[in-house]
Parts: sequence; structure tokens; C-alpha cells
Amino acid sequence: MSAATTYATRKARRPQHISIQIVLALALVYFLVPFWWVIVASSKDAAGLFGGTSALWFSDRIVWADNFRKLFTYDGGMFGRWLLNSALYAVVGGVGATTLAVLAGYGFAKYRFKGRRFSFSVLLGTVMVPATALVIPTFILFSQFGITNTRWAVILPTLLNPFGVYLMHVYTRDAVPDELLDAARVDGAGEMRTFLQIALPLMRPAVVTVLLLTVVQSWNNYFLPKAMLIDNRLYPVTVGINQWQNIASGNNAGTTSLWSLIILGSLVSVIPLIIAFLSLQRYWQGGLSIGSLK
Amino acid sequence: MTAPLTRVSTEAAPGVKPSRGPRKEPLRRQVTGWLFVAPFALVFLAFLVAPLVYALYLSLFRNALIGGTSFAFLDNYVRAFHDPNFLDGAWLVIRFSLVLIPLQMAISLVIALMLDGIKNWFTRFSRLTIFLPYAVPVVIGALMWGFMYSRRFGPLTQIFDIFGASAPDFLSKNLVFAGLLNIVTWQWAGYYMIILFAALQAIDPTLYEAARIDGAGSVTIALRIKIPLIAPALVLILVFALIGTLQFFNEPSILLKLAAGSITPHFTPNMYAYDLAFGRGSFNYGSAISFTLAAVVFVCVYIFMFTTRKRGNFLS
Repeated sequence: MSAATTYATRKARRPQHISIQIVLALALVYFLVPFWWVIVASSKDAAGLFGGTSALWFSDRIVWADNFRKLFTYDGGMFGRWLLNSALYAVVGGVGATTLAVLAGYGFAKYRFKGRRFSFSVLLGTVMVPATALVIPTFILFSQFGITNTRWAVILPTLLNPFGVYLMHVYTRDAVPDELLDAARVDGAGEMRTFLQIALPLMRPAVVTVLLLTVVQSWNNYFLPKAMLIDNRLYPVTVGINQWQNIASGNNAGTTSLWSLIILGSLVSVIPLIIAFLSLQRYWQGGLSIGSLK
Repeated sequence: MTAPLTRVSTEAAPGVKPSRGPRKEPLRRQVTGWLFVAPFALVFLAFLVAPLVYALYLSLFRNALIGGTSFAFLDNYVRAFHDPNFLDGAWLVIRFSLVLIPLQMAISLVIALMLDGIKNWFTRFSRLTIFLPYAVPVVIGALMWGFMYSRRFGPLTQIFDIFGASAPDFLSKNLVFAGLLNIVTWQWAGYYMIILFAALQAIDPTLYEAARIDGAGSVTIALRIKIPLIAPALVLILVFALIGTLQFFNEPSILLKLAAGSITPHFTPNMYAYDLAFGRGSFNYGSAISFTLAAVVFVCVYIFMFTTRKRGNFLS
């Protein structure tokens, strides 16, 4: 009987499905148009960009190879440097922040120590302190120690991720049973070994999610490096490209060729994260909702 | 083989104890707990507590060319609340949140509900594609849209030409608000959609069967079953959106040069604090603005969390 009903409802709902999918297709166009425009525009030289040809279709001259060569050789290969800097900040900051979050989340979830409740509620309160409000005071603090305009000035503050700790705490509390840990202890495993061999494997989905979120956050970071760094050889790609954009917007006449580099540079800087998201989707699609399911 | 055995003799005692008195953790276990939390606690003190305390301290002083640094107590805060640059920025951010947050939540909710209903390759593809903008750095996203809006080489003019209309200039003074609204929605709607979608997937589907037998249609099921059940997820994204928009900085500061004249250096409170600190070197006043912003966000979100506490949110 139930098979018959589902068949009947499915049949009745088919026209609705089609109209929903048409609406979805329109939404897709909206979300994809900027990507499409960047792909098309990065294949053009200045003449193609400003020459009044169709902005959403390739012109007769496709100069990707030439643009790529210019992008990576302009200003002594500055763009490649920026990409490497971004990768360094994202990997060191992301892995560091995740490690701290995993340890602290596990500690909060699985140990009853003095001051635990108090420190955890302080932590929850600070999840809401906007990160950008900390940038200016951190800059002034760092300048007293003379570490502004170094790589550390960008990496150290990104290690702080209260939300990551919160996510790890929620996930660990439910996914790692106390009995299992106690059993391991009775069997003679030390605290560290219990954590590494019993708890950590169970925490993997949350670890991947927090890692992905923190890496993305550091890769996308703009305000912090913009405030901390003066030397443009230390810039991450976000601050670097925006510097080019400011130069290009500043004088309209002379630097039209820079626009092709900015557009191609934008495209190149987006690709690593898109690959990361597509290849790790099995993990994050469930993981992002930790904390919202009750 | 010998290593684990020696471990047994040293670790057995604390391992057994809790079974006798489960309430009291042995001191050794408490210390281990603290050791797990310690590295994060250190970073927390150094890069969150210290800067905040320091900002508060700095904000209580005045730095003048003549007379040097002097104690000003709350003068900087009084000044901020009489400063049209700060008040205009704050007002803009409030208006922006009031329009953006409902819009963004509605869009992500409708898309999540549409994707929840149908399972095929097209909806799976749509889900990933709509999420894609989240993987784009905010700077690049704002630049991409800045180019799209551009009169000089953007496609908007050509798209509107097809319909015989003249394209709106989203970088002009009147429309830059709408232009920014579009950028932020494009960038974040997919992320919120994924959170809502995951929450929808966690609902027990037998509820829908039961509702259908009772004669409920898809719309009724969405309104009466799905939305109430994903309320915690809705609260979560509302908090994210609130924190995000109140500290609005990246998008308008990227468009500052592209939209010359439409966006001022004190467009939002955060931009104003940056301009004060790095443009004019008045770190004391800039710190006061930063601290006020942090405090306002904190209080707003806390009040919000407190009022929605009963409905089950992510802090309870």
C-alpha cells in the first residue's frame, strides 16, 4: 500500500518538480555568472577587455598563455610569491588552529577539571567577538614587540579560533563514548595514547571540517595582513591583488594592461580552494552543520 | 610488549578510581584535562584577552600633538557617540543588516527546501555550485562583482542592452548599497544553504509520510514540519550573519577605489577605525571605536541568544 501511495504522490508531484528545477537553473546562472565572466575575461588582452566586444563571450584572440606568462613574471614574479605566502599562512595557521581546537575541544568534552565550566562559558562568549575588532589592538601590541611586518604577525593571530573549539567540543561529546575511553584506560593505555588511538579516529569528520574552515579563513584573510604588513613581498594573494587593483584604478590611462593580470590572478587564486572543497565534500557537507543539529 | 606492561603498573590506579567515586576526578586526571586545554588557553590569553584589555586601556587615553598622552577616561567614547562619521557608519551597518539578513536567510532557506525535495544529479550539482562562492576569498568575490558592475568593461551594460534598458550603475552613490547587498548575498547564501540543507536531511522522513496521509501538501509540510524542526540551524546562521555584517569591512574597502566617491573611508565603523589608526595615526580613538564595536556585537548577539534560548539554540 505504501508503495502505491509513494508512486501516486511522486506522479502527482512531477510538474512541480520541473518548475522547481527551472527556478534552480535560474539561480545557478546567477551564482555562476561571475565565474564565467572571469574565465572569459582572463583570456583577453587589454584591447579585448576595453574594445567593446561581448563581455560574456571569448573574443577572436585568446591570449591565456600570454597572460599567464605575464602574470607570473610581472614585477619579478611577485604573484607567485604571493601565492606561496598565502599557502604558507593558510597551512601553518590552519593546521595550528585546528590542532589547538582539537586538543582543547577534547579536554573540555572529556575531562571534569576545576574551572572547566567557567572557562568554557568565557570561551562561548568570545565566539561572538568580531575578529576584525581585535586587529587594530593586536597590531599596536605587536608593534611594541617589533613583530609587525613579519610572517609571524599574520600567522600567530590566526591560531585563535574559539568557534573551532566549540565545534570540536560538541562533536566529541556525542561521538566519543566515555565507556570506550575508560575501557582503554583499564586496559592500560595512557591518557595521550587513549586520545591518539581511540578518540582521534572517532573525531575525524569534525577535524576535517574545522581544518577546512580554518584553512579557508586564513587563505581568505584580508584585514589582518593588510594591517600588519608593509613589505609587499610578504603579502598574501588577497592583499597583493587588491594592491594591483588600487594601482590600476588610480591611473586610468597608463596601466590598462594590469587589468588582465588582475582578472587572471583572481581566477588563479580561487582555484586551490575550489579543488579542496570539491575533493573533501564527503566530509564538510555533514560537518558544517555540527552545532545546529539538536 | 614490555612497554605497555610497565604502563599498566603506573596507570592502573587512576584508571580504576573513577568507578568507585564517579563524581570526583582524581587530581592527576584534572591536570591532564588542563594540559589538553592549555595550548589553546595560552593563545586565547595572548591574542584575544590581551588585545581586548589593551584596546580598553588605550581607549581611555588621548594623544595630542601638544601635551602628549593624557588620561581622558571616557572622553573618546563620548566623542564617538557625537562623531557623525561613526554614527553614519553605524547607521549604515544597521540598515544593511536589517535588509541583508532576512533576504539572505530567505534565499538560503528556499533553495535548501527546493534541494531537499528532489534527489537527482542536477540538484546535487546545484548544491555544490551554489556553495562555490563561499570558497572564493571575499576580496576576490568583491573584485569580481566590481568588474561585473564596471561601466568600462563589465557585462552588465550588455546584458541590459538585450532588454533595451540602460544598466543601473551599482557603483554609484545611490546604488552602492544594493551593489554590496548583492555581493554579500552571492558570497554567503550557499554556505547558509548547506547548513540548512544538512539540518533538513536529518529530519526523520516518516514524519512527512504521516503528514501526507493526513492530507498535508508540500507547502504545508515545509511550513509546519520542516521549518520548525530546523529552527536551531536558522538561529545559528542568523548569529553568523549578525556577527558578519556588524563588522562589515572587506567588501566596501575593496570597492573603495573602483567606486570612487561613493564609498567613504568611514563608510562602516570598522573602516573608520582602520582609517583612524592607519590613515591618521590616532590609535587611541581608533581603539575606542574598535572596542565599542566588539562590545556592541557581543551585547547584541548575547541578548539575541538569551531571548531565543527556550527554542533551543547552539549555546544551550
